Amino acid sequence: MAEHRIHCTVNGARQRGLVESRTTLADFLREGLGLTGTHLACEHGVCGACTVMLDGRAVRSCLMLAVQADGHEVTTIEGIAEPDGTLSAVQQAFMDAHGLQCGFCTPGFVVSVTAFLEDHPDPSEAEIREGIAGNLCRCTGYQGIVAAVRLAAERLRVDA
Amino acid sequence: MKAAPFDYHAPTTVAEAAALLAEHGDEAKVLAGGQSLLPMLALRLTRFEHLVDVTGVPEMHGIERANGHLRVGAATLQSVAEHDADLAVAVPLLARAIPHIGHFQIRNRGTIGGSLAHADPASELPAVALALDATFEAVSTRGTREIPAADFFEGTWSTALADDEILVGVRFPVWSGRCGFGVAEVARRSGDFALAGVAVAVELATDDTLARVAVGVFGVGSTPLRATATEVALLDQIPTEAVLADAARAGAAELDTVDDVHASAVYRTRVAAHLMQSGLGAAIEEARRG
Repeated sequence: MAEHRIHCTVNGARQRGLVESRTTLADFLREGLGLTGTHLACEHGVCGACTVMLDGRAVRSCLMLAVQADGHEVTTIEGIAEPDGTLSAVQQAFMDAHGLQCGFCTPGFVVSVTAFLEDHPDPSEAEIREGIAGNLCRCTGYQGIVAAVRLAAERLRVDA
Repeated sequence: MKAAPFDYHAPTTVAEAAALLAEHGDEAKVLAGGQSLLPMLALRLTRFEHLVDVTGVPEMHGIERANGHLRVGAATLQSVAEHDADLAVAVPLLARAIPHIGHFQIRNRGTIGGSLAHADPASELPAVALALDATFEAVSTRGTREIPAADFFEGTWSTALADDEILVGVRFPVWSGRCGFGVAEVARRSGDFALAGVAVAVELATDDTLARVAVGVFGVGSTPLRATATEVALLDQIPTEAVLADAARAGAAELDTVDDVHASAVYRTRVAAHLMQSGLGAAIEEARRG
């Protein structure tokens, strides 16, 4: 069975691992590095729960092989808050605006929204809905999530 | 589910990638962005002994304009093409199609060539390539050949590429003059595969007749389709509402549409006719504004 030695930076720390060719980035993060904040639901690219940032861009970690992350920089939900635990603006807004219920989809939403707001600092309602279209939530009905994105955008603009 | 085991290869030149495909034949598959291939492997709809990852081949990346064409390297990311200012000017139809692909997270990994070579009949780029008469550049250890878009799409997920060939780039003709373009589709949810969609391009002559018309249709059959009857009916005509409606109906009636769990063939035909009419109408308006 083909195995590959990989080196990558995850949440600012250098990591290395020995992975099978078929190991997804999501499985490497969860099982290899113990970063279980990246959630897996559909495992075929539909639900968005496993979204992480690769070199600063949001991607599905279930639709990428771990070996393809060799030499790249990955940010997971564990790398979103400040090192002292202070929540990011997006995380705080999800809390304040009731953008989550069971929380399973939340890591994927937070990572996607963090990337989305970097490109769209002042999004319209339609842009927000398009921006979260790649993540599924089965609890909230999305109203709280849309409100959270709006709130996070407002707070980030004030801080900017 | 998880993919069955395979060997992973990461060549850094086209020649190296072609040699790997020549060696492993139909046991190997080219991996680009993986946004279609990896789910199919995970669901075990397909399996290969070898994946040849071409995303690290520098000569397969990049967008350049030359000799009336825009050449897009097959491994160019959709998100890179989406935000490329030269591409938006040179081939507006392509620029307008890309945001319809999946979601932004998918476009951050998905490639232009990957979407075309995957040849899903419901995806946008094949219809754009077909409408614009793009040229596909395929390389194997046997040499290089060019495949016109009209000959490229053979069936659902099936193309004219041989097992040992790699799609390295695609050349899109650059239209000039009084042109208008549009992509419109109907899908259950944003980012879902289209139940029906159209990619249209028009050029108006100085007397306001249609000098060029191209209509690609996706999501309705087993391959992307050209609405030839619509194009023929409109050529050299002044496109009034009535002329457009007749032409769209004629083109839709000729489409080889399919039934499936998501929509009936009759429904797809009606949606395609509507999208053609409204899409062409908007493109003609754009051309009139110059």
